[in-house]
Amino acid sequence: MIGCARMRFKFGPLFIPDVRKATLSAAFRGLPLPDNGNCVSGCNECLHVCPTGAISLSPLTIDMGKCVFCGDCVAACTHGAIRFSNFHHLATTERDRLKVSGISVEEYKKTAVTPPENAGMFRNSFKFRQVSAGGCSSCEMELNACSNVNFDMGRFGLEFVASPRHADGLVITGPISENMALALEDTYQAMPDPRIVIVVGACAISGGVFAESKALNRSFFDRHKVDLYIPGCPVHPLNFINGILDFLNLRK
Amino acid sequence: MSKDFLRFKNHQSVRTSDIPWLSAGLFRDTVLKACQEGTRPILLDATGSDRFTVVLADDREHSLLCAGCVLEGKSGYQSLSAEFPAFHMFERELWENSGIVPIGHPWLKPVRYPHNAIESREMTDYPFFSVHGEEVHEVGVGPVHAGIIEPGHFRFMCNGERVFHLEIQLGYQHRGVEQLMLKGNFFNKSVLSESITGDSTIAHVSAYCGALEALAGITLSTRALSIRVFAQEIERAACHFGDLAALANDVAYLPASSFYGNFRTPLINMLQSICGNRFGKGLIRPGGVACDISQSSLPERREQLKDIRASFRIITEDLFSSASVLSRFEKTGTVPMETAAEIGMTGLAGRASGLAHDIRVHHPYSWYKLNRIEPVTQTGGDVLARALQRRDEAEQSFELALKILDELPAGELRRPPETLQASSMAVALTEGWRGEVAHMAVTGADGKLTRYRVKDPSFTNWFGLALAVRNNEISDFPLCNKSFNLSYCGNDL
Repeated sequence: MIGCARMRFKFGPLFIPDVRKATLSAAFRGLPLPDNGNCVSGCNECLHVCPTGAISLSPLTIDMGKCVFCGDCVAACTHGAIRFSNFHHLATTERDRLKVSGISVEEYKKTAVTPPENAGMFRNSFKFRQVSAGGCSSCEMELNACSNVNFDMGRFGLEFVASPRHADGLVITGPISENMALALEDTYQAMPDPRIVIVVGACAISGGVFAESKALNRSFFDRHKVDLYIPGCPVHPLNFINGILDFLNLRK
Repeated sequence: MSKDFLRFKNHQSVRTSDIPWLSAGLFRDTVLKACQEGTRPILLDATGSDRFTVVLADDREHSLLCAGCVLEGKSGYQSLSAEFPAFHMFERELWENSGIVPIGHPWLKPVRYPHNAIESREMTDYPFFSVHGEEVHEVGVGPVHAGIIEPGHFRFMCNGERVFHLEIQLGYQHRGVEQLMLKGNFFNKSVLSESITGDSTIAHVSAYCGALEALAGITLSTRALSIRVFAQEIERAACHFGDLAALANDVAYLPASSFYGNFRTPLINMLQSICGNRFGKGLIRPGGVACDISQSSLPERREQLKDIRASFRIITEDLFSSASVLSRFEKTGTVPMETAAEIGMTGLAGRASGLAHDIRVHHPYSWYKLNRIEPVTQTGGDVLARALQRRDEAEQSFELALKILDELPAGELRRPPETLQASSMAVALTEGWRGEVAHMAVTGADGKLTRYRVKDPSFTNWFGLALAVRNNEISDFPLCNKSFNLSYCGNDL
């Protein structure tokens, strides 16, 4: 008891006061800012080093659904055509929106998320069931961190729950291994309507670095519509929480 | 013994033509003799449907041993697992990947239902062991668990609350890592190796780079090695913080759980401030490191590490002096040293049972070659021992990280390698926070990669968890599981 009290007193409040406005260190690789003006045709250095084929040329475009934010392209590009901002609100409701080319941070921020009509339903309580389907555990650890004392997303009524029966949303990480395909489908079927599908991380959105593997089965996405894409490798807790708050149209 | 094996060092490239190939009978005798003298298996690798190689670690001589076995026809070979149970997972994997049958294997079951296997089977066909009796019941859990955890299926055979036996079925996370390593440009697989197990990003990418650099025949500057090892020790400390938080949570001691979780954040944020990613992704690349630790940031980083360590000590003192915590930790999930040695447990869980295996000590590489590390061990083998082991290793990691910051020398950050030696093999072992990570790369006559193998410490330690919960209450399973905190995707690849 005394030990607890001492720690409470010594450490003080630990939560981030305003997760909406919190910024990340300058080194963080967030929204990529490809500059087609500096891109030299025929160079192709970035294409050679990109591990997931996220880059396309004319115009120079980076697909955040495939991008693992490793920064190898920045080092390889000798013309200064690729840099990453530290802007971390990357969630979007449209898959194509993840393909960025010559877009500013402000513009992306304004247009990325279109809240659904039923968003108000989840305004005070939005519960998720998470399924890791071949995830490497880094997205999973970051999703766990969303509920820790720093990020504390419980303050918005956002919570991961144990049973799919209690869940409003399904949060998928990992490229969806063949061996997990059935369990993922079963989890989806066990949820009550409306089922919001949220895909988190490059692996879940596109297969990521595993996209070419024969051991995947991504047919889930042929059957079910995705409502929210949150890119990253892994997704940063502030990226996830802000993505959900934008989706719910909560500006608090 | 030595002439029957090719003897080499960790992170050393050798010619594949120097590997001695033995007949099945001689191979068996030779390997058994080596194991009786204290070596232990690192990998079994099938190079064809009638031949395979073994890599053993000789901790006393600080070297690795390799020998090949040639089968007559496709008759299989006499299993080694009966004499040395440490081989049992390796033999199962060998059988599953290549069809080579270890005759007389006591527990020949699928490991991960890989899609490169000779025989394709369904996850739902797993041949579970079952216990019969009037008062025996089974409890099945997973693959989808209650929290945000990776998938795996646990089947408990219980009498009331008491667990007789736990069978763990894995494979759900299988993504074909080893096959993907062989596709495309081998110099470009850093991100893939970082994604083998996200919580051991640094350990796996270091092993990949170590194997590649050995094959390329290049050496790195001490600065590059120091930065790699700094990241490794921060990763270790951060994971131990996370695990201690989870252990405290599982015994409902929430203050310690919250505070450990809180101080894990600045630790991994330190990696983010260096390389832009909280798990150190993007930092380590073949030939060195992609990001520097600026000289001007050193004093601040030192202060920050010391502050985090001071807070860590306050929480730790509180946790380990709480009677309600100790009563749950003590004598729960015990794996005695003999058992741990027998089944080939490694890393943190092995050291908590008294096995002193530590790659940093016995097969030093990189910065650890230049700086001697004292191994830390416990004797209890229970949840408490694994918790104390984390405490002591985190302390050691702080010490090493601070030492690196104090002594960080000037030097080149990165010189990317361009070609690999032909017909060569390299084994790179690194000590991740969980234990020894092994990567093996083999090149063909044209200098192209022909084989790539990965072993995560979870591969050998999952069976330790199964034994740890025997005769414990089923309600203590989450605690036992957390005290090991093994990787599903590292096992499943």
